[in-house]
Amino acid sequence: MSNQALPRPRFNAPEPEHGPSERGSKVAPKVEPRTAPLLQGKVSEIPDAFFAAAMRLCGFAVVALLGLIVYQLVIGSHLSWHAFGWKFFGQSDWNPVEDQYGALPFIYGTIISSILALIIAVPLSLGVAVFITEMCPVTLRGILSFLTELLAAIPSVVYGLWAIFILVPVLRQYVQPFLATTLGWTTLFSGPPYGIGMLAAGVILAIMIIPIISSITREVLTVVPQHQREGVLALGATRWEMIRLGVLRNARAGIVGAIILGLGRALGETMAVTMVIGNRPEIAKSLFAPGYTMASVLANEFTEATGDLYLSALIEIGLALFLVTIVVNALARLMVWSVTRGQPARSLA
Amino acid sequence: MGVGINVEHLNAFYGKTQALFDVNIAVAANHATALIGPSGCGKSTFIRCLNRMHETIPEARVEGAVRIGDLGVYNGTSATQLRRRVGMVFQKPNPFPTMSIYDNVAAGLKLNGFRKRKQLDEIVHKSLHSSALWDEVKDHLHKKSGASLSGGQQQRLCIARALAVQPEVLLMDEPCSALDPISTGKIEELIFQLKEQYTIVIVTHNMQQAARVAEFTGFFLLGKMIEFDKTEKIFTNPSDKRTEDYVTGRFG
Amino acid sequence: MANANSNPAAAGVTPIGLRRRITDHVMTGLAVLTVILVLLPLIAIFGYLVYKGIGSINLAFLTQTPKPVGEAGGGMANAIVGSMLILAIASLLGVPLGIGAGIFLSEYGRNRYGDIVRFVSDVLNGVPSIVIGIVAYGLVVMRQKHFSALAGGVALAIMMVPTIARTTEQMLLLVPQAIREAAYGLGVSRWRTTLSITLRTATSGVITGVMLAFARVAGETAPLLFTAFGNQFWNLKPNQPTAALSLQIFTYAISPFDEWHRQAWAGALVLIILIVGAVAAVRIAVRHGTLAGA
Ligand SMILES: Nc1ncnc2c1ncn2[C@@H]1O[C@H](COP(=O)(O)OP(=O)(O)O)[C@@H](O)[C@H]1O
Ligand SMILES: [Mg+2]
Repeated sequence: MSNQALPRPRFNAPEPEHGPSERGSKVAPKVEPRTAPLLQGKVSEIPDAFFAAAMRLCGFAVVALLGLIVYQLVIGSHLSWHAFGWKFFGQSDWNPVEDQYGALPFIYGTIISSILALIIAVPLSLGVAVFITEMCPVTLRGILSFLTELLAAIPSVVYGLWAIFILVPVLRQYVQPFLATTLGWTTLFSGPPYGIGMLAAGVILAIMIIPIISSITREVLTVVPQHQREGVLALGATRWEMIRLGVLRNARAGIVGAIILGLGRALGETMAVTMVIGNRPEIAKSLFAPGYTMASVLANEFTEATGDLYLSALIEIGLALFLVTIVVNALARLMVWSVTRGQPARSLA
Repeated sequence: MGVGINVEHLNAFYGKTQALFDVNIAVAANHATALIGPSGCGKSTFIRCLNRMHETIPEARVEGAVRIGDLGVYNGTSATQLRRRVGMVFQKPNPFPTMSIYDNVAAGLKLNGFRKRKQLDEIVHKSLHSSALWDEVKDHLHKKSGASLSGGQQQRLCIARALAVQPEVLLMDEPCSALDPISTGKIEELIFQLKEQYTIVIVTHNMQQAARVAEFTGFFLLGKMIEFDKTEKIFTNPSDKRTEDYVTGRFG
Repeated sequence: MANANSNPAAAGVTPIGLRRRITDHVMTGLAVLTVILVLLPLIAIFGYLVYKGIGSINLAFLTQTPKPVGEAGGGMANAIVGSMLILAIASLLGVPLGIGAGIFLSEYGRNRYGDIVRFVSDVLNGVPSIVIGIVAYGLVVMRQKHFSALAGGVALAIMMVPTIARTTEQMLLLVPQAIREAAYGLGVSRWRTTLSITLRTATSGVITGVMLAFARVAGETAPLLFTAFGNQFWNLKPNQPTAALSLQIFTYAISPFDEWHRQAWAGALVLIILIVGAVAAVRIAVRHGTLAGA
């Protein structure tokens, strides 16, 4: 529009007065002569399209995997769903001999052991996270976070092994007698101290979820902007008040997310729990009594399930476990995301 | 030798926002053409339309016609093919960090399947000579990584890398803006040498630089090409009031 | 807030009351206490592993198959090899798929489809491993009509994919767009740029992600219970039931025999050493550039 009036140089315009020769002549030409193009031949668009399609297929495969999981679980649990319907989740009778299946004891055991784990793990994890991000000297910071994350690298079966031979005897000889005499009146800590039982499961689960909760909490705490801390400090607050008002309060949603993520892990944890919970499908009030979880019953009985209905009932427990963990995890990720905003919450083992 | 570039009715968009409005220009072969204008006026967008780099941004699109020599840029040619004839040097030096100096220069040929070892050696040698970097790096071509060089050296490495593919046109988007004055001087000198064989389009924020290296200058404002003329005329006797305001420093 | 020490020198500075100061100290003390309480089991676990395991690792343990109940001696050689077989199958299936999905997410998935895959992959990451075992059972064991190393490998591969996909994505996104543009500007096609420039620049990060996924599944037991199943004898065939270190540890740990308990500790120590060793080896290789493509 504005340039039509201008004397534009035409295509391959003639050399202007102060062309390259003028100044170029003062300096010895160093630029090597250009050779003919070395890359001959037409570029095909097909490899690009093929590669893009292959990568999209990989992305789609991830979605397909989830679909496959849902499909397998739904198809597999079909028989049991038809036989028992919603009653399956409300009945506490688990009797393979009479083909009678109710999942309530397992659901109960899963929930109680996970809650117990949270009660123990949450204060510890938050304390560690706060210490590492807010209190600890910088030199210690790296090594402490490494050590807590080392806990996450230990396989579940090794936790179970340790729990059977070290944790359970300690609980039986020292912790349970102590709890029975001091808190026995609550009936939560009554009955014979086997060591093995709900309490042991809760403790070992707690140790296993501490690294998750504390590392995500740490991540959340570090994104709390510095000025939030300074603002509180400027009012003459002590360090703890600064942490409570400036840091923890601003990171609340993310911390809750971290806790729920830990819960998600506890709900599905299998081996360590199976090795110490006692594996008895009963709903007992005392935490000393043996119990059973959804994951444990799958681990113990899946290969032995002879009847079709038996297998189907087990798969239905798997389906329920799957749905619960998905809801819990989605909720947790949403909460962590609301604090770290967009930076994807680190996926943890 | 270089070839001319002809741009007609070029409009460029980022999603729904339009960044270029009906740009028309004819760039002369074997000359340096400078593009000036305030920040955000569309200079980078324009130059990236010339080698179809614009379309690598999601949702970005282009309308209009661009011809480079006898090649229609936006009708049928593959972007990859086109870019082998149109080299580009970016604002921030961007050598491949995991590659040695040699591999950086040879990358364009090697990655496109060129395997003749002896000829490669020769091209790397020539390209580094042409970009006036040879003497500084000849002793550690294979040992040092491209990222270990200084900023000015990195930029000359990027020029060598572009030259190695034997393009006819060289697009430079503010090639000196991240460099110190001495490195800038070296690159300007280089541009002066290069335009004997290449058609050069250089975006610059610096009007003195435009005056020093380019025969033609285009002035952009708010996505429009306001004025395009011989450099001398733009800086001494512009026809448009807005150009005059800009080159005399009254705004921008 | 009542203030006990009215020091005139501190005038002008907001005085911090005794109670607040005590609270501050108490909270700091509590935080230190939590750190000690968390480190305690860590030390206890590693301590006992070494203490109980090291005495039981001997040549027989590393070279022999299990002896029948009641006989002393024997080892877990077949389980060590079986674990490696299962992990090799898992890596063969899971690593390319995971890296491919990661490439999709970072290079082609900055849109709604990418968001779906990202979300699904995070969901997949949270699925309990025992549930993955059920699925692999349905997919492979039911079809083949018997347990196999392949089924175990499939289960572990499913677990590796989301971790690898998301870390690969993050590592590729760390590669500046300018590096990709440099390659495009040289007339290098998009697929070549992705493989030879972007992926290569991010190699060490991607490998770290793969190792993370590997370490995560290497000690998995639950998904192997009804896929690989376990085996008292040597097996190198992918379509046969196979022993695995973690399965063997489980079986021995819950058995009533002291000899087997001893071997379970030894197995656990070997498992940890294998995991840590594999991760460390790759880290070192990456650092020294053999894999970094420097
Ligand atoms: N990737 C992008 N997405 C959306 N808008 C962009 C993008 N890049 C540039 N723009 C917009 O296009 C206009 C021109 O930008 P640009 O060409 O970079 O200007 P210049 O190089 O002259 O400083 C600006 O308004 C800028 O905000
Ligand atoms: Mg620009």
